[in-house]
Amino acid sequence: MPKTDPYPELSFETRMGSVEFRIHEKAHIVVDDQICDDCTTRGCVTACPANLFVPTAAGGILFNYEQCFECGTCYLVCNEEGAITWNYPEGGHGVVFHQV
Amino acid sequence: MNDFDVVVVGAGPAGSAAALELARAGRSVCLLERGPFPGSKNMYGGVVYGRILDTLIPNWWEEAPVQRWVTRRQTMLMTGEQALTVDFRTESWGRPPYNGATAYRPDFDSWLAQKAVDAGAVLVTSTTATGLLRDGNKVIGVRTDRPDGDLTASVVIACDGVNSFLAKEAGLYPPSDPANYTVGVKETIALPRHVIDERFAVRGDHGVDIEIIGCTGDIPGGGFIYTNTDTVAVGLVLSLPALAKGSQRPEELLAALKNHPAVAPLIEGGEVKEYSAHVIPEAGFDMMPELIGDGILVAGDAAAMCLAAGIWLEGVNFAIGSGAAAGRAAARAVQRGNTSAEGLEGYRSRIESSFVMADHRRLRDAPHLVMGELAQRQLPALACGIAERVFTVENPDPKPGLRKILRAELRRNGVRWRDAAREGLRALRTFG
Repeated sequence: MPKTDPYPELSFETRMGSVEFRIHEKAHIVVDDQICDDCTTRGCVTACPANLFVPTAAGGILFNYEQCFECGTCYLVCNEEGAITWNYPEGGHGVVFHQV
Repeated sequence: MNDFDVVVVGAGPAGSAAALELARAGRSVCLLERGPFPGSKNMYGGVVYGRILDTLIPNWWEEAPVQRWVTRRQTMLMTGEQALTVDFRTESWGRPPYNGATAYRPDFDSWLAQKAVDAGAVLVTSTTATGLLRDGNKVIGVRTDRPDGDLTASVVIACDGVNSFLAKEAGLYPPSDPANYTVGVKETIALPRHVIDERFAVRGDHGVDIEIIGCTGDIPGGGFIYTNTDTVAVGLVLSLPALAKGSQRPEELLAALKNHPAVAPLIEGGEVKEYSAHVIPEAGFDMMPELIGDGILVAGDAAAMCLAAGIWLEGVNFAIGSGAAAGRAAARAVQRGNTSAEGLEGYRSRIESSFVMADHRRLRDAPHLVMGELAQRQLPALACGIAERVFTVENPDPKPGLRKILRAELRRNGVRWRDAAREGLRALRTFG
């Protein structure tokens, strides 16, 4: 029997498209990419479950707060003092789970 | 004059249990929730052990929004293409007073919060507590993100979850060590109810919980699969420092688990309804903050009360137990007119004399043991290797003796007798 992959991996867009985010215009997490420029570990890039930290060709980090699970992984793994300013979104905004 | 006797921050199981006990004791209590409804920010690995509710809500099982009652519990040791499973089932867990239940947190947490509201608590949703109000060292309320949103109270109970910025602001936590934390990721996968019944061999409202070790590649952690009524949840728990080192991303490891031959047939053809992630206070007892300050108590995940002890993975019960104790202690302190740290000491004696601290204290080494090299890497390979050799019939060769198999597998997996014996003893001391 030919081996078939029963689960063609979800695209990341489809995966994140399954989650409701009530986006507030104000970012609840701010990343100081000047500090990130000098960071050699960049744990956030692989650890963030929403994949919100993207290395740029110029050697920086591109961050977008909109599809954030508000889990805290990024600031917990961050080695660089002051690189990530982390708050919860305004009340009623951000991720809204339904079947978890 | 305070706005409330007590402000409880976070309408998860800890906060709602606290608010319920305070309202029943006749205290005015505000239950603050930053999400649009209780449970909207919460996620877990799937099973609520409800017996702690016996004292709070008699016959809770008749009304709690349960998906399935867990009557089949498996522990699976996995390698790339092997799996060895301990499979236990009992019908007794499928009738009152039950044991574990699967539930959706938005349903369960909203139900419990409503109990507090019915008892007289004031639930305020869509409101984030942004900081503490203080008078000197004494906490006297919280600041919120509502206009004119300061709320004064004699006691603040921080049930604001694993990141607990309130407990940190109160100086109750040392600086965070990522080694104490894991991140859980999960897919909720839709399948018809009868398909779940057939694949997991259960009927009616009975369900299955599978805990897995050996499915997280180079990253210490574990996996889980459990059944809801018409969805199956598949997830992973991953150690933060190892994940940050960058060999694999969470969703890649999750995809590998879903494609494992022991897992793939269980969820084949299902549609992913929701992806989710949440951080877990994995280290339990060894990472707990100071639980009591002047005018403040900490309960639930905010106090690192999640129990990640390998064969036991619990949290909602500890949240309810600690939250209820905090609520009772705060009610008593308000009544006596002393809400200083000393006046709130009743919280400590209540949780010390219950399972909340007894289990955590006894099992304090368990999270480290389970996340260690032997349990993570060598044990699954060793157990599967032994099983494969024992059950492989190599005729015309005769069967090897068990001792020979054990010796060969220990050698193949690089496990020294001495280390195995030491870790075995450690496990006995921890779990015994």
